[in-house]
Parts: sequence; structure tokens; C-alpha cells
Amino acid sequence: MKKLLVFLKDYKKECVLAPLFKLLEASFELFVPLVVAAVVDNGITGGRNGYIVRMCLLMAALGLIGLVCSVTAQYFAAKAAVGFSTKLRHVLFAHIQSLSYTEMDTIGTPTLITRMTSDINQVQSGVNLVLRLFLRSPFIVFGAMVMAFTVDVPAALIFVVAIPLLSIVVFGIMLITMPLYKKAQAGLDRLLGITRENLTGVRVIRAFNKEADEWDRFRTSNESLTTLQKFVGRISGLMNPVTYIIVNGATIALIYCGALRVDSGVLTQGEVIALVNYMSQILVELIKLANLIITVTKAAACANRIQGVLEIQSSMQAPKTTAGGRTEEDAPAVAFEDVSLTYKGAGGESLTGLRFSVPKGSTVGVIGGTGSGKTSLVNLIPRFYDATKGRVLVDGRDVRDYSLEELRRKVGVVPQKAVLFSGTIRENLLWGNEQASDKELYEALDTAQAREVVANREEGLDAAVEQGGKNFSGGQKQRLTIARALVGNPEILILDDSASALDFATDARLRKALRNLRRKTTVFIVSQRTSSIQHADQIIVLDDGKPAGIGTHQELLESCPEYQEIYYSQFDAGSAKKNAGKEAANA
Amino acid sequence: MNTPKYARQMETLRKLSRYLKPYRVYLAVSVLLAAVTVALTLYVPTLTGNAIDFILGEGRVDFPRIIRILIQIGVCIAVTALAQWIMNICNNKMTYQMVRDIRNDAFQKIEILPLKYIDSHSYGEVVSRVIADVDQLADGLLMGFTQLFTGIATIAGTLGFMLSINVGITFVVVLITPLSFFVAGFIAKRTYTMFRLQSETRGEQTALIEEMIGNQKVVQAFSHEDEALEKFDEINGRLQKYSLQAIFFSSLTNPATRFVNSLAYAAVCVTGALTAVAGHLTVGQLTCLLSYANQYTKPFNEISGVVTELQNAIACAGRILELIEEEPQIPEPENALSLTDIRGNVSLSDVTFSYESGQRLIENLNLTAKPGQRIAIVGPTGCGKTTVINLLMRFYDVNGGSIRVEDYDIRDITRKSLRAGYGMVLQDTWLKTGTIRENIVMGRPDATEEEIIQAAKASHAHSFIRRLPQGYDTRITEDGGGLSQGQKQLLCITRVMLCHPPMLILDEATSSIDTRTELKIQNAFARLMEGRTSFIVAHRLSTIREADRILVMKDGHVIEQGTHEELLEKKGFYAELYNSQFG
Repeated sequence: MKKLLVFLKDYKKECVLAPLFKLLEASFELFVPLVVAAVVDNGITGGRNGYIVRMCLLMAALGLIGLVCSVTAQYFAAKAAVGFSTKLRHVLFAHIQSLSYTEMDTIGTPTLITRMTSDINQVQSGVNLVLRLFLRSPFIVFGAMVMAFTVDVPAALIFVVAIPLLSIVVFGIMLITMPLYKKAQAGLDRLLGITRENLTGVRVIRAFNKEADEWDRFRTSNESLTTLQKFVGRISGLMNPVTYIIVNGATIALIYCGALRVDSGVLTQGEVIALVNYMSQILVELIKLANLIITVTKAAACANRIQGVLEIQSSMQAPKTTAGGRTEEDAPAVAFEDVSLTYKGAGGESLTGLRFSVPKGSTVGVIGGTGSGKTSLVNLIPRFYDATKGRVLVDGRDVRDYSLEELRRKVGVVPQKAVLFSGTIRENLLWGNEQASDKELYEALDTAQAREVVANREEGLDAAVEQGGKNFSGGQKQRLTIARALVGNPEILILDDSASALDFATDARLRKALRNLRRKTTVFIVSQRTSSIQHADQIIVLDDGKPAGIGTHQELLESCPEYQEIYYSQFDAGSAKKNAGKEAANA
Repeated sequence: MNTPKYARQMETLRKLSRYLKPYRVYLAVSVLLAAVTVALTLYVPTLTGNAIDFILGEGRVDFPRIIRILIQIGVCIAVTALAQWIMNICNNKMTYQMVRDIRNDAFQKIEILPLKYIDSHSYGEVVSRVIADVDQLADGLLMGFTQLFTGIATIAGTLGFMLSINVGITFVVVLITPLSFFVAGFIAKRTYTMFRLQSETRGEQTALIEEMIGNQKVVQAFSHEDEALEKFDEINGRLQKYSLQAIFFSSLTNPATRFVNSLAYAAVCVTGALTAVAGHLTVGQLTCLLSYANQYTKPFNEISGVVTELQNAIACAGRILELIEEEPQIPEPENALSLTDIRGNVSLSDVTFSYESGQRLIENLNLTAKPGQRIAIVGPTGCGKTTVINLLMRFYDVNGGSIRVEDYDIRDITRKSLRAGYGMVLQDTWLKTGTIRENIVMGRPDATEEEIIQAAKASHAHSFIRRLPQGYDTRITEDGGGLSQGQKQLLCITRVMLCHPPMLILDEATSSIDTRTELKIQNAFARLMEGRTSFIVAHRLSTIREADRILVMKDGHVIEQGTHEELLEKKGFYAELYNSQFG
């Protein structure tokens, strides 16, 4: 948590002034009982009306000064807290963006979003409250005691006993109930989980006749939640009665003690009243303090979580600029040298011993079953992950020697999940290259077979894209993401199963257009469909992370049983053989 | 307040009171004790004032009387504290048990709601009724029980006590209080706009965060981090401005009302002291009035909070009651038959169905399936393929015609026995929170370890399950956690493999599985389905070629029926579909 305090650096002035003005306000509040005492002792007893009016005006004036001080304090506190969180948010956002895929996988996106939003908000209100109340409340509590001492020492000793007693009760009850409330919240979350599950899985639950079991499960959880809630309620319900007894018990003692002291002439009637008033001020502030401590504990927990994220260093270090020396002209566009990949925390290797090289301008097909490592393979090229063994070369140079920006400009990726961002179609396409002209955008759209997507919208390139691209169909999104990658004019283009929602005809046209790109582009096509890759110059067949075969369609059909299986599972034997024959004839 | 809204609120309250009925003893006790608590709490300052009146000065202290008063105070305190505690317990019990009952009813209703309701409402909305709304209701009730009544009683009591001491000073207090409301209302109105701006900007920022961090992999792939940060900072700057205003102005409420209160306090002090000088008031009475003046304003602030909270709670109660009162699915007839020996004879005759009345979807559908037959349903998206499955499983009831299993109308047999006859795998792979094993044995909790593994091997799930950190005991979350879509589908298939149902429904069951694995699973299914009836919905035509009968659907109608060869021969819609995929 401490490390987050640096973000308050620019608000030193506010951090001092806010509590200071709060203290001023509190001190004026502490004067009020003394003024009342003066009214009683000097005003009423002496029958001096003018004095009474003056004193009461003083009281109103104290209230006004208190108001001014407190408003000033609130302003500084708000300014510091909001400034703090704004800065923290900026730093955290930038930091999260610098994390590599590996960290994103381990932390998880939902966690990071919570850190960015609700956690920071909690910390902000924590800072705000601390600046406002953390000095004020203890100050009033102890101030009241100190004032009591100035009035009368023996009477003040009652405060010395009452305050710790009250603190023990207030803080004790809060300490006991806080974890219980947390447990109750967890119980509520469990109920939420069950309810949600019963809605999302309603068909399966009913198909398996699980309604009665689920109903039992819910009732049991609900019952234990209720029991827990009642238990917590009983404990926290003690707070008011017990503090009431202590404060009023102390008042009884004060009156008795005061009576004795007045009788012996040490105290006046008004001073007894002042003492009683001080006693009643304490309780309110103690409860505020206890609530404050809860908020601050929560905020501190959030702050620690945020700091935890800030402390995570990206596991991927890349040079700021690509190291000197030219890339070799005749080097292969991509080469894998005995590459293996083990994801962090995974039991086994996801890719094992990959070795191949891809000449510039050629097309590579990557095929294999679910979870065979197709995506893992292509993710190594733009260095989304680092190979755990061996090395990946782009233009004859290790990808770890490139600056990430330069490497990723060379490599255009169309990920499996077609993601568009809210804005316009144009804004989305410009992600590939900010300087692209409309002509270039349309060219990319043509290649991606996405021209009609734009043509069908009245606003054309300026048609709005909703968050997540909700207003486009799966196939439209895929084509737009392909266009986005093409706008960057990449040397290497990776299509990670990104044509799965396209029908066969469009898919074929897309592949044809890619072959005819003006720039000599190396293309990787990841697919489950043999039809999408069978014309590639080189096909890599993956089986459980291992290369089961590398070669052309014809070679693999003859030598690679895994490829044959995939191929024949998609074509009925008759037409497949026919096709094979046709191709053999063409070859 | 307009009348229909008011009437609706009253209606909700009346229904809520049904839930309160079992706990009305607690309510009675609570109200009684609240009255006692308030009366005694207010009486204590009077006693304190009296005591102070006997402390006049040096040598003028009446000890016997003071001690008597102090003992009275002590007794009052003890009784108040006890009453308060018991009252708290009663309120707790009443609220939490009431809420528990409501929640149970709501969940029970979910289990018997027609699918139509669940399909047409978002999950989040229903969940928030059962969880958040009920929770809000609990808070509102608890606050209402504890604070509303005591608050009103306190105000009334304080006024009474003050009036009994001095009418003039009471008026001073009563005149100043509205000022505090006015100030609070003024600030609230001003801050509302700022809070709205703040929450709008915050929403905008959250959307951006979700978009950029949620899709960070894409952002990084395009080296778009700097632009994202720029956009973020722009919103962040606006948020800073609005937040500062919102927080600052809202934090003015307390100091401002405190100031008004201190004015009231000063006013009581000046009028009281002057009256005392004139001899119409004792010093003790003045202290007493001062402490009442302090107490009097507090419940006002609380009550205005409670009233909004209560209104909110009633609105929540309205929503939850709406769910509880929702029409359940058609109950089974008394003499509903429990079919035990399902062989797989299914027939649909003249079935008509649509989700919305007036819209036409399925019309006059006829189909007969014999044990061991494979019926495939194909057609473009949205043509009603899944609807047929909804009808077979009786998730929805037909509007006309009938569906018969073993020659019994499915409306005459228990849902339980009908559904037990089917094994169902849907495209939407749903797994429950729990271990892999718990998910697999869902249909047969008594399955042995060997049977589980055998089923998993048949569905080709065994090899990946074995590689998971805790094997079959790996816990998965509702959304399947780290499992891929294909792996989840394999688990759903295993779940059905274990049950050996006489009838099988596969709705795009292998859409996320690669074709090679799919082929192997098809073989396993084929073995499993020998002598059983299966219904298969698919868009991959290669998976349905061997079906005994293919139903080609378009816009809710079955436009062609027959075997693969027959349909190709016909050169109709099916042949067109088939050729577009393989031509």
C-alpha cells in the first residue's frame, strides 16, 4: 500500500491542509460546551442578559467558522483524493498494457478490470475519508477528554475509564463482525452462483431431472446464510445497548462526582453541564471512527491488490529499438529452430521440437485437431509468447532482438476471435496503419471480401461499430478484422482460423485475393478445414503439439496418416479420391 | 404521488405482509420495545436535568435526591439497553427469516417456470431479482423496522417533552428545522447533476477499460497501446473534473446541516438562558432542552434516508413478487404416467407450434421414428431445428397436434420419465461448478469409477482429463474455466455416454470439435445408439449423411424428407445445400 502513496506527491499541500482545517473545525466544536457552561455560570446566575446574547452569538459564530473550515477541508480532501486516483488510474492502465500475454493469462482480464475500476474507486474514497476524518474523530474523542481535564481532573478520570471501555466495545464488535459479514457476503455469492447456474443450465438440469436436487442445494445454502446473518445481527445488535450503558453510566458517575465537587466548591453547575456534554460528544465520534477504520481497511486491501498488479513485471523484455545490423535479404521470412513452448504453470509442453522454415512470399497452412497447438505456433511469430526452447527467426533474426513495435508492424495478425472496437469502421481499420488513405482502406476491404459490408451501410466507412462489434455478424466481423490486418501492409500475415464463419465460396475468393496481393506477403493460414489450406506451399500438421508432418497436400496425403484422417473426415471417400486424382492430374 | 403507483405500492405491501405473518409475534414485540426504548431514552435527559437542578453551588447540593434520581437513571438505562437488544434480535430474526422465505419461493419458482419465461428474460435480470433485489429488500426492511418507527417516535416524544418544559423554546426549534431540510435538499439537487455526469463518465471509462484490457492481445498485436492510453487519459481527465465536483458538493451536506443544527442549538441556548434569567426555566431544564435540540434533528436526517430506502425496498419487493407470482409451467395431470420402458418409438402428428402467438413457425409437422433410427434435421440458421428439440424434450408444449412416445401423449406422462428417456447434448455446452467427475455423473450419480473412465474414453475426453492438474477431480467454474469449447463439448458428451439413454438428442453437439475427433466420437455414438433412436441437428452435412431419415427445414416448415440418396436424387433444397459445401 505504501508504494501507492507516491501518487499523493503532487497533493502535499492538500494532504496537510485538509486535516488541518478539519482539526480547526473540531476545536471550535469543542469550545461549545465551555460556552454553554459560561452562559449558565456567568449569564444565568448573574442575570446578565447582554452576556447571554453575546455568548450565544459567539456560539453561532463558532458554528459559522466551523462551516467555513470544514468546507475548505472537504475541498482539499476531495481534490487530493480525486487527483490521486486519476494519477493511479493512468499509471495502472499503462502498466497493465505493458504486461505480456503470459501475465494476462495468469492474472485474468476480469481481475484486472476490477482493479482498474472498483478497487481504485474504493481507494479513492478511502483516501478522501482518511484526509477528512482520521484526525478529526480521534481529536474530538481525546480533545473532549483533554477539555474535561482542564475543567476538573478527578471528573476527567471518568473519561479515562469510559473512553477505553467504549473503544473496546465498538472496535471489538466491529472486529468480530467484519469477517462474519465477509462470510455472509460469500454465502450470498454462493446463492447467486446457484441461481445463475440454474438459469444458464436450465435445459440440462431439466433434461437430467435435477430440479429437486438443485432446490435442496439452494435451500441448504439459503438456510446457512440466514443462520449466519442472524448470528452476526445478534452480535452487532449489542453495539447500541452496550455503548448506551457505558455512556450513560459514565454520565451518572459524572453527575455524582460533579455534585461532590460542586458541594465542596471546586466546580460550578455550568462546568458539570459542560462535562456531561463532552461525554455525549465522544460516542458519536467513536462510532464514526470505527466505521472509518472499516472503510480504510477495505481500501487498504484494495490498495494492496492494486500494488500487487503494479509490482508484476512483464516477463518479456524487448529492446527499445531493433538491434543494429541489417536483416538478410535472402533469409527465410520465418524460421523455427527446434522450438518448444511450455505455458507458465502448465504441466507439459504445448509445442515440441518444431523445425521448419518459410521462404518469403509463400503460403503456409497449419492444421490439426482441437488443442493440437496451432494457435500456439503462430503466436510465437509476433512474439506474443517466448519459446521456452529453441528460437524463432523472422527475416533471419531472432524475434527477441526486435523492438516489439517493429516486429508487430512486420506481422499482421487476425486472431481467432474477431474483435472490433467501438467507434467507426474507419477507426477500426486505421488500427493497422494510422496514415492509410481511403483508397488503401478500400483495397484492404476488397482483398478481405469485406467491401460489401461497408457498401451496405449508409455511412460507409464512417458507420458506427458498437462495443465488441455487436452490430455485425460473425462473418462480417471476421472479414473486417482481416481487412484491419491488411491495412498495415504486413510482410507476414497470420490468419488464425479467421475464416471459420465464412462460407466456402467467400473463403475461396479470400484465399485467391491473398495470393494476388501486390506486396510479396508470407501468409500463415490456421484452419480446421483441409479445403482452406490444401493449396498452400507448405502444410504443417500438428498432433498434440508435435509436428506430425510437413509438406504439400499431395505429399501429406501420401505419407501422413493424421492428415489423411483429417482430410477424409471432411470429404466422403468417393469425392475425396476423385479430388485427389484431379489434383494429381493438375500437378 | 400518482394514484396507480401508490395503489401498486400498497398492493406490494399487502403481499409482503403475507410473508410477515408467521413472524408477527416478533413484530408486535419489536414495536412495543421500540416504544419503551424511545420513551426511556427521552426520559433520561429530563432526569439528568433534574439532577443538575439539585447541584446549585457550594454547600447547596441535595445529595439524597440526586442519588435517588441517579438510581432512577440507572434503572432506565438498564431497561432501555435490554429492550433495545431484544428489539434488535426480533428485527433481525423477522427480516432474515422473511427474506429467506421469499428467496426460497423465488428459487422454487425458477425450477418450475416455463422455458418460455427463462428464454425471454436475461439471466442477469432474474438473478438480480433473486439476489440483489431481495438483499435490498432485507436492508430496507431492517432499516425500516429499526429506524422508521423509533425515528418517528423520537421526534414525537422529543416534541412532547420539550413542550412540557417550555412552549416558546420548542417553537424556536421547530422553526429552525425546516432550514436544515432546505439546505440538504438544495445540495442534493445540485449534486445530482454532478453525480450523473460522474457516473456517465465512469461508465464510459469502464467501457473503454473493458474493451482495451479485455482485448489487450489485439491491442498489443497492433501496437495500439499509446493510442489507447491517450484516449483513456482524455476520459480520465474529464472524470477527474466531474468526480471532484460531485465529491466536494456532496460532502457539503454534513457540514451544512451541522451548521444549521448549531444555529438551532445557539437559538435554544439564548432563548432558554433568557427565560431562565426571567425565572421561568431552571438550569437543569435548559440542559435538558439543549440535549433534546440535539436529538430532535437527528431522526429527521435518518428518516429521509429511511423513506428513500423503503421506497426502494418496495420497488424491489414488487420485482421479486412479480417473479414469484409468474405463471408456472403446466402442471402434470394427477394420473400422469411414469414411463419406465422407453424403447424409442417417437411420433409427431400434425404438430403446430410458434413462440409468439400470431407468428407461424412449425406447421403440421409429421414424423415417425422407430427404435434404432437416426433422424437428422438440417436447414439454414433460424429455420426451427432447435425448436423441434424444445418440443421433443417438452421444454415447450405444442400449440396443436401431439407428440407421442411409445404411443403415449407426452403431456400424459411425467416430465421426469420423459426426460430420463433422452440423452441430450447441446451446442451450448453447459457445465456446473464442481469437479469434472461431478459433471460426468450428473445423470447417474451411482456410476462406478470404471464406468466413468469407460464413458470418458468412448467420448475421447479421457486423455485430456488425465492431463489436467487434478484429473477427474479438477474443479471447473460455471463457464468451464480453462477448458476449450471443444473440451467442454467432450465432457457434455461423456455425461450422456454414461447414461445409456434409449433416445438421444444431439443439437450441433460436435460443432466445436475438430472433424477428426468428431469422426471418432460419431463411431462411439453409433455403437451407443444401436437399437436406440436419435435426433441429430447439424449444419455440417458430412455428419448426417448416414441418417435413416433427413428432415430438411426451412422457415419452420419441413420442406423435404428422405434419405441422403433420395434427397440428392430429388435435386431440391438439400441437394443445393450439399453441393454448396462439397461441390
